[in-house]
Amino acid sequence: MKHRTFFWFILPSLTAMVLFIALPIVSVVIQSLHVEHEQVLIEVENCGPFGCTTETQVDAEATAKLKEAAPLGRFNGLGTYVNRSHLATSEVAQAWRSSDGIGEFLGALMNLPFYAALAFTLSYTFIVTPLVLILGFMIALGVNSLPRILKGPTIFVSLLPMMVTPLVGSLILFWMIDARGILGAGLQNLVGDPNLSLKASQTLTWITLFVYGVWHSAPFAFIVFYAGLQTVPEDATEAAMIDGATRWQRTWHITLPHLMPLTVFITLIQLMDNFRVFEPIVGFSAEANATSLSWIIYNDLAQENKLFGSAAATSVMTILGVAILLTPVLIRTWRDFNRKSV
Amino acid sequence: MTIRTLAIAGAFALTGGAAMADCGISGGNISILANDFPALHAVVNAAETCAGEAASFNKNHNKDHKDLMVAALTPNPAEYSSVIVANSSLVTLMNDGLVRPLDDLVAKHGQQLNKSQLITIDGKVMAVAFMANAQHLYARSDILEQVGKPVPTTYEEVLETAQAIRDAGIMEYPFALNTKAGWNLGEEFVNMYMGTGADFFKPGTAEVAINNENGVKTLEMLKALVEFSNPDFLTYDSNATQAEWEAGNLALATLWGSRGAAILDAEGSTDEITSNTVLAAAPTWGGGTRPASTLWWDGLTISTNVSDEDAEATFIALMKGASTETVKANNDAAVWLIDGYEPGPASAGVAATAQAGAAPYPMVPFMGALHTALGDELADFLQGKESAEQALADVEAAYTTAAKEQGFLQ
Repeated sequence: MKHRTFFWFILPSLTAMVLFIALPIVSVVIQSLHVEHEQVLIEVENCGPFGCTTETQVDAEATAKLKEAAPLGRFNGLGTYVNRSHLATSEVAQAWRSSDGIGEFLGALMNLPFYAALAFTLSYTFIVTPLVLILGFMIALGVNSLPRILKGPTIFVSLLPMMVTPLVGSLILFWMIDARGILGAGLQNLVGDPNLSLKASQTLTWITLFVYGVWHSAPFAFIVFYAGLQTVPEDATEAAMIDGATRWQRTWHITLPHLMPLTVFITLIQLMDNFRVFEPIVGFSAEANATSLSWIIYNDLAQENKLFGSAAATSVMTILGVAILLTPVLIRTWRDFNRKSV
Repeated sequence: MTIRTLAIAGAFALTGGAAMADCGISGGNISILANDFPALHAVVNAAETCAGEAASFNKNHNKDHKDLMVAALTPNPAEYSSVIVANSSLVTLMNDGLVRPLDDLVAKHGQQLNKSQLITIDGKVMAVAFMANAQHLYARSDILEQVGKPVPTTYEEVLETAQAIRDAGIMEYPFALNTKAGWNLGEEFVNMYMGTGADFFKPGTAEVAINNENGVKTLEMLKALVEFSNPDFLTYDSNATQAEWEAGNLALATLWGSRGAAILDAEGSTDEITSNTVLAAAPTWGGGTRPASTLWWDGLTISTNVSDEDAEATFIALMKGASTETVKANNDAAVWLIDGYEPGPASAGVAATAQAGAAPYPMVPFMGALHTALGDELADFLQGKESAEQALADVEAAYTTAAKEQGFLQ
């Protein structure tokens, strides 16, 4: 393709990417460097159905003038990034100086909203992603060896968790694990502890969310692997069978290497998705025991007085986090690509 | 919209038009944004019958109306000519100057209003309240009889009674309140702290003042209460506590007054439970005299960024909406502040709470930031993971960070 033709060919996509990806990110970065105007406060008398009181109010006119003079708000530099809601540099330094031992320091760190959210987000990402890959692959192998007549219905049933909207899926499970729900009550009977609550303990909440994440995403890995399995070269497998390779050896030495590009693809998608975990936390009402970076952004924006700067700073850090997570996988893909093109 | 719903809507418009009362509206656009519960539906629907063919009418009942309202009222002309607000959301709109003073409209069209309905701020009427709400005690008289206790009037008695019910082997977890982490949990702290009579902020400043003995006592009372709640208490919101109550799993609970009608009706529960449910004032505690609850009102506002004609038309229609006729037709849907309201069993709790001297939810512009900080930071304490002092220090730090970003603190 000529360079000129190529340019016109990709121009629409490029424009869309600039408009819908690059510009919003730039605007979020700018937003994260600003905080709201100083509010001009006045004391006034409030009266209503329950009597009169003297209360502080915002002088809307005076504040509006400040806003007009500088529509973006006050420039705060990296102030929002280092405050207590985010990296909390001074709180971390203080905790480091005053703690005896690493355990106490980690405890103090987990008391800060950003680090607590980061801890859950990373645990979720690194526990759910490999389990999704393994489970998805196992289901794919299982379904692939089924007789033809059973394949269709099995595939449909296996895909159901992915078809259910995450919020609805998590709500259904939330009701089931309630102390009076079928799973919760069943578990209490099984363990013989009538006070066991999957929602009350932090460890059990985390495990519940991990199980939900695997349940919800495994079908995606399964369907991709299953498609890949249809392309495994039959002559190689047959040759291996003639050589006396076991089923396990065939899977390990032929199928898996063949599916490697797909594994990389699923890993990329899952790392990105899991790092942005959000819906199950809302669906399971788990915010007392588990929060994520995306949940913090939502929480900042769900208030009446919205914290746009704070939400923007967390968003920028989430984007950086995704970039860092994906770098090793991308480097590996790039090396493979270069090796093949030589 | 399908052809069928269009036809139905058209039919309604026609029949409605025929029955339209003459409210004196000559034209203009009326557009109302409101929360989504039966009492507000009654008010807005009544306003709609008054709008008639003279004015265009549009309404949006939305549970998330608070998230939409600022963006919807900021442009000129505004998306809505009126937002139905509560104590807390009025402050948000006033911070940005998005609602207009109503003095002239009240003088011209508000003859039927009681003085207590007028929300005046700095001498100007900024909203007209029409209903009240508060959290208060619900009790099961049959279970209290079994343990030989009266309906508690203090939270200390609530603890005693709950212990007696547990000891008698009737229920392991006889008590509940809305302690879902987030807004609900924050509201429970605010309610309980109100019982101490102390201020939330240092007078005249945006500096928070709860990190002290009153705050610690408040947290300890909440902790003592949730010991009698199901271990899942950090996921309990109004819907969950109402369901628990209707299922007969509770003997005592602190719930919203607006849940009263739904709990006392024949739906979702047994006759044994509904007939023995008593609605009482919010308890006091710690030797205080003020009920540990906050009073809330819901009322109407008119946008700044609409024409005077639209503003007037909207006000007239809503005066019709929040009128004695609406109250007569929907007496039990709310605790109305309007003439003609006859308190029924569902409103007994709110009325008793107000009469006992509960204070309104603080209408200061930085209360929202404190409420959020409380909701986010108190769960660790209630789960026994940290001390009350640590929890209050966390709340103070979280509030200060947010208030600085919003420009309330330097």
